[in-house]
Amino acid sequence: MRLPWRRHHHYDPLVCREFVELVTDYLEGTLPERERVRFEAHLAECDGCAGYLEDMRRLVGSLHEAPEPPPDGATRDALLRAFRDLRGT
Amino acid sequence: MEEQVLLERLRAGDEQAFVALVTAHDGALRRVARTLVRTPSVADEVVQETWLSVLRGLDAFEGRSSLRTWIFRILVNTARTRGSREARSLPFSALESEGRPAVDPHAFGADGRWSSAPSRLDGDPETGLLSAELRAHLLKAVDELSEDQRAVITLRDLVGMPADEVCDLLDLSDGNQRVLLHRARARVRAALTPLVEVVG
Repeated sequence: MRLPWRRHHHYDPLVCREFVELVTDYLEGTLPERERVRFEAHLAECDGCAGYLEDMRRLVGSLHEAPEPPPDGATRDALLRAFRDLRGT
Repeated sequence: MEEQVLLERLRAGDEQAFVALVTAHDGALRRVARTLVRTPSVADEVVQETWLSVLRGLDAFEGRSSLRTWIFRILVNTARTRGSREARSLPFSALESEGRPAVDPHAFGADGRWSSAPSRLDGDPETGLLSAELRAHLLKAVDELSEDQRAVITLRDLVGMPADEVCDLLDLSDGNQRVLLHRARARVRAALTPLVEVVG
């Protein structure tokens, strides 16, 4: 298995334009082994792509931390009234 | 709050627990609802109905899925039963976003490498997050995505739902879900760097 991969890698290194299209598959853990190795080989030698990937991790992390605006007062009051009606003790 | 504790408090009629639940999920429910029906006002009604169904169903909820997944399932079902006039056609299609590069092709030279180093998003190395200024623009960037992309990135990245649950909820294949997520993230990134990469 290793030799064909090395030959493949040697003749077909990943370029940046391909790298950015594989970022989500990489972060999702769905890249096939051989693609993952090509991806990580490129990552190790390309500052531009390393920065792009780091930005994407920060973006995803920041989305998860983004505070949603709370429901407006009227919505909240209507829901609380419904809660009292349906669940009140 | 532990889910089991939260559930017991909700069932016991604890208003604070309900306010906490609404505060945690109402925004994301609204965001997803707007991708499922045609108008924001119908989306608001769908969210309202969802909360009422949640309240009515609390005792019947068996805990086979997380409470969150159960609530979003009710939302999707509520949106679908609004009838074909108001519902967007489902299932979703990834066709709209296929073939669109994540990054403006002009950013690369003929050899496929960056023609100049791509600009970085301002970040905070300590928190591993984007700068506060960029974070303030994130949700607006999400709002400007197509419905399909918005639904997927909201559930995956804002809510933090696993891929398989999102596929199940939105009737998406694994592949389509990933394409939509990929395009959505790339376009949000592009929206945060308007001077560098504008994905057309």
